[in-house]
Amino acid sequence: MAKNKVPSALAIGIARGGLEIRQFMRQRESVVFTLAFPIMLLAIFGSVFTNELTDGVTFSQYFVAGMIASGLVNTGFQQLAIMIPVERDFGTLKRLRGTPMPASSYFIGKVIVVFVTMAIQVILLLIAGVLFFGVNLPTDPAKWFTFTWLILLGSAASTSLGIAFSVIPKSGRSASAVVSPVVIILQFFSGVFFVFTDLPGWMQQVAAIFPLKWMTQGMRSVFLPDSFAAREVAASWETERTFLIILAWLIAGLIISIRSFKWEQDR
Amino acid sequence: MSSVINVRGLEKSYGSNKAVAGIDLSIEAGEIFALLGPNGAGKTTTVEILEGFRSRDLGEISVLGVDPAVKGEAARVWRNRIGIVLQSTNDAGDLSVFETVSHFSKYYSNPRNVEEVIEAVGLSDKSAELIRTLSGGQRRRLDVALGIIGSPELLFLDEPTTGFDPKARRAFWALIEDLQKSGTTILLTTHYLDEAEALADRVAVINHGKIIEVSTPALLGGRATSLATVSWKGDGGLQTERTDNPTALIRKLSEIYKEEIPELTVKRASLEDIYLEMIGGADGQE
Repeated sequence: MAKNKVPSALAIGIARGGLEIRQFMRQRESVVFTLAFPIMLLAIFGSVFTNELTDGVTFSQYFVAGMIASGLVNTGFQQLAIMIPVERDFGTLKRLRGTPMPASSYFIGKVIVVFVTMAIQVILLLIAGVLFFGVNLPTDPAKWFTFTWLILLGSAASTSLGIAFSVIPKSGRSASAVVSPVVIILQFFSGVFFVFTDLPGWMQQVAAIFPLKWMTQGMRSVFLPDSFAAREVAASWETERTFLIILAWLIAGLIISIRSFKWEQDR
Repeated sequence: MSSVINVRGLEKSYGSNKAVAGIDLSIEAGEIFALLGPNGAGKTTTVEILEGFRSRDLGEISVLGVDPAVKGEAARVWRNRIGIVLQSTNDAGDLSVFETVSHFSKYYSNPRNVEEVIEAVGLSDKSAELIRTLSGGQRRRLDVALGIIGSPELLFLDEPTTGFDPKARRAFWALIEDLQKSGTTILLTTHYLDEAEALADRVAVINHGKIIEVSTPALLGGRATSLATVSWKGDGGLQTERTDNPTALIRKLSEIYKEEIPELTVKRASLEDIYLEMIGGADGQE
């Protein structure tokens, strides 16, 4: 037998990413839920709240920022924290563990599928927002720069936290019931569905612990005029603090993932 | 060439329950070795330690010259040389047979040809079908395809034919024999004694965390030397005699009793009889 080298973790990870995307696209329900649901929400909220928050800022504009931030949480945290327990239950993970595939390749595959689904979701949301709900895209390159690092950092944090949280559901069947409420409550608390400053103070303070609040606020700094910053809690976009808090969550997620990842359900 | 699997003094406890209580085992290159034992006997724990899925408390183990507790890059190099067919996997229903086998082939340094492997497990006509459309037996054959795609030197097969119809089992056995001919060493765990008898060069019976005996299927439990049990009703009640020549014994008895030998039975031990006796009869049932 020829002694070839075992394929690199990166090569296997990229192959896994391709496979995961293919699997995702074949699950019609999850495609519809992940990609079309945010647009449906935008349609509903955009039709119900037609008022302007200040001159030139429609609720749709405010809401699109929140939905993009939510998209980071849905495609990363929610998708993985549900999918990984299912794969654990089905024995997928145990089988993979018995092959030369390292854990890092599995994670690379997840990062790829999260990033691709997230990108499609954000692009569809922006297209629908611009075409049907009068959403204005920023023109300032600095804002697109903020947008880019927010997407990358937010998506990475969301992915690592999804992997970390995947140890909590006791079974694949219960995963959705455990994970979805966490996400929905965070969305309400973080100012996705309502204007954040209209929420009760305690709710704002709870939300400020978690990354979604900072992602939505960061996205508002991209999609709303800078004059709107005065209406934020700190009367500013707090860009640096946003960066640091999301980064801290990313690191926490990575540490927990590496320490606690389970290939098999405990018996 | 030393043994493919070498185990000395293996022990593993879960709390106060000693699942594996001192096991020694040697499996030689190219043999099919069957591990038999009732549920809870320590079979699964032993195999999962050998597969590197579980840690052990005590003992020396070498699998292909490597300690299965190996970590990191060395673990990948080791796993590149083994194949594992787990008991039940139920995943990736949205991929086709070909896509799945082809994907797993990317994990190994010397994968076998994807079409050839699919052909070998008899799934050629299902190659383009999604896994979720496969029957239980077809899924099992896919599991085997994934276990052998990396051209393993050593293959672990856990209950491979559970849920197979008799025809599929025969076809499966032929596949396993082909693998052996190509030089693969196989560690088989099974509940089916006919399967062990048909495939295994040697069998080990494990119970209460210990190996009771290691032998060929034909010799296990002294099966060859006490092939038949002859019993009849004599003067002092039921008489039993074990013999390798029951005809001679019956001839002798018929001279004594002249006419009918009272309550005569001649019983030959099947592997299953031997096995059940070894593990303590009903005690070992599931």
